[in-house]
Amino acid sequence: MQKTEKKKASPMEVLKKVLGRQIFIPIAALLLLVLFNLIADPGFFAISMKTNSAGNPILTGYLITILDNGSELAILAIGMTLVTAAAGGQDISVGAGIAISGSVMLRVLCGTNPKPEAIQAPILVAFLIGCLAAMLCGAFNGALVAYFKIQPMVATLILYTAGRSIAAWVNQNQLPIVPPGPFSYFGGVIPGIPIPTPFFIAVACMILIALVLKFTTLGLYTQSVGINESSSRLNGLNPILIKFLAFVILGACVAVAGLIKVSRFSTINYSVIAKDIEMDAILAVALGGNALGGGKFNIAASILGAYVIQFLTTTLYKFNVRSDALPAYKAVVVILLVVASAPRVREYLNGLKKNMGRRLSRREVG
Amino acid sequence: MKKKLFAVVMAAAMVLGMTACGNQAAPTAGSGDGTIKVGIINNDPNESGYRTANDKDLKAMFTAENGYDATFAYGKTNDEQINAAQQMIQDGVDYLLLSAADVSGWDSVLQDANNQGIKVILYDRTIDADESLYVASIVSDMAKEGETAANWLKDQNLGEYNIIHIQGQMGTAAQVGRSGALNDMASAEGWNIVVQQTGDWNAEKAQQIVQSQIDAGNSFNVIYAENDDMAKGAVAALDANGITHGVNGDVIIMGFDTNKWALQELKAGNWNYDGQCNPLQASYLDDIIKKLENGETISEKTVIMDEKGFDATTITDEDIEKYGI
Repeated sequence: MQKTEKKKASPMEVLKKVLGRQIFIPIAALLLLVLFNLIADPGFFAISMKTNSAGNPILTGYLITILDNGSELAILAIGMTLVTAAAGGQDISVGAGIAISGSVMLRVLCGTNPKPEAIQAPILVAFLIGCLAAMLCGAFNGALVAYFKIQPMVATLILYTAGRSIAAWVNQNQLPIVPPGPFSYFGGVIPGIPIPTPFFIAVACMILIALVLKFTTLGLYTQSVGINESSSRLNGLNPILIKFLAFVILGACVAVAGLIKVSRFSTINYSVIAKDIEMDAILAVALGGNALGGGKFNIAASILGAYVIQFLTTTLYKFNVRSDALPAYKAVVVILLVVASAPRVREYLNGLKKNMGRRLSRREVG
Repeated sequence: MKKKLFAVVMAAAMVLGMTACGNQAAPTAGSGDGTIKVGIINNDPNESGYRTANDKDLKAMFTAENGYDATFAYGKTNDEQINAAQQMIQDGVDYLLLSAADVSGWDSVLQDANNQGIKVILYDRTIDADESLYVASIVSDMAKEGETAANWLKDQNLGEYNIIHIQGQMGTAAQVGRSGALNDMASAEGWNIVVQQTGDWNAEKAQQIVQSQIDAGNSFNVIYAENDDMAKGAVAALDANGITHGVNGDVIIMGFDTNKWALQELKAGNWNYDGQCNPLQASYLDDIIKKLENGETISEKTVIMDEKGFDATTITDEDIEKYGI
């Protein structure tokens, strides 16, 4: 009797384990979208080889578009997950941060002339200075949250409001245009490589953060600060430093995303660049099944969540859904997620699961 | 304490009210002595090159040297702008200059201004309100801009028209005017609109919209983008897929706002058409205010600025210098 019970319970357990895994949520969402597109139009998955105007080979198709346009979001999701886990709140100033760092990069590249014949500084220098600017913004947010104990959303509201004006001020309201050249590779393609560069940049960021989490204690410390700040302080951790660090890392992610964004058109539009991207980044974290109140986190799930959001966006574009209606569809996803993670619903689902298990085992006995 | 404050506010309001009356009673006095107090409500100056040029032009005109005491307020939405307008009305400005974010919802606040004897002048954008609520309106005729563009497109005598129509932010005067003209022409001429989508004045969105059409394998030969940024986004998508555009290209590119860089694209033959939208209204505004101060009446309530459409084959370097913003 005991033996049979054990045997019969194992598939249930496996199912439970799969359902219980955090990454299950974005995978399920992805499968749902894939299924929908397969039924609606399998042509969605077609990829073809073309030649772009510069004469370079390039792969095109909806899937490539998703990988291309979802990259900035995936990079931001990395930093946003860390901030969420450590501080138990979200940074809503990342879009403004992208505007600032992008503007700084263009300022360095173009100098005082908004339309130079050649770039005025090496791209690496421009990127590093832009990175510094974004990390300073991150440090500013981090200091407010970690040291002054201000609610993350309220603290980051400052830069959310002022950031785009600061970005415009950096270039004195001019719209610099970077002359054609290697700078456009970051948001386009490198000659000879048919896959958009943003995807490679995103992969590089993923590898980097994976290595950091594997070889340092950042992940563990972040998690423990997020779960219980005072007990981690009693155990010798410095919660202020950990939270601060999370915001600075998000700043670095913002700079990388900013580089891709300004490279796409070799110029900037202060008020619309990366507009509302913070909402998508937070949604990616939520879709990844991370607790928005801090604590345990899974960056891989957030990254997958980011690509799922782009998948949804691209799917809606394919069906010519009005682009100003896109937020409404995302809102539906948010509602589903929030409802599913509400304690009451969780309790009910757990009860259901237990009941089902009991009924199954009873049937086996009978 | 509260009572005292209330009394001070009331007193201030009365004084302001008296000066306002004084101005009305003796309109000729305005230009001679004292500055003219104007409240200027505009849209976000970072919104586009057009807006930046517009804001710069206003700031250069309404200075202390020119006899103005100007307060500037910016808002992306009607709510923000209406709040600013109410503040200015309380401050007792002589003139309220307004470029509204949205066409509707202005009746009550403008009525308030009129009750206080504040003269309202609209610039840049019209609103859906009774004409009696404002003394003048200096506008670009967006519908006419659209008509000029649509007529130009008709004159190209393409064998067939398959158009990707990228709209601006829905509900803005520019979007309504420019979309309306194309819609009318398309239904009259039997043109095929492949897709009509809003790009929110955003290059990235426009790129995704066009990329989506390319990925779907839809064929098109005209892109009608309602501003230059979106035309640029569309062109980026075409370039990424090796589709030729502009003069002698497969796809005709149309934009609006005559940014300098856009006119240069036009001159280089990468685009085909760019419609002007004149952002320099300050001199018109100054003219009207001076007339009112001298007690003259405004004969034409609506002043429509002259606007052109540029063709890639006929544009000159002088045009770029003169009309580029």
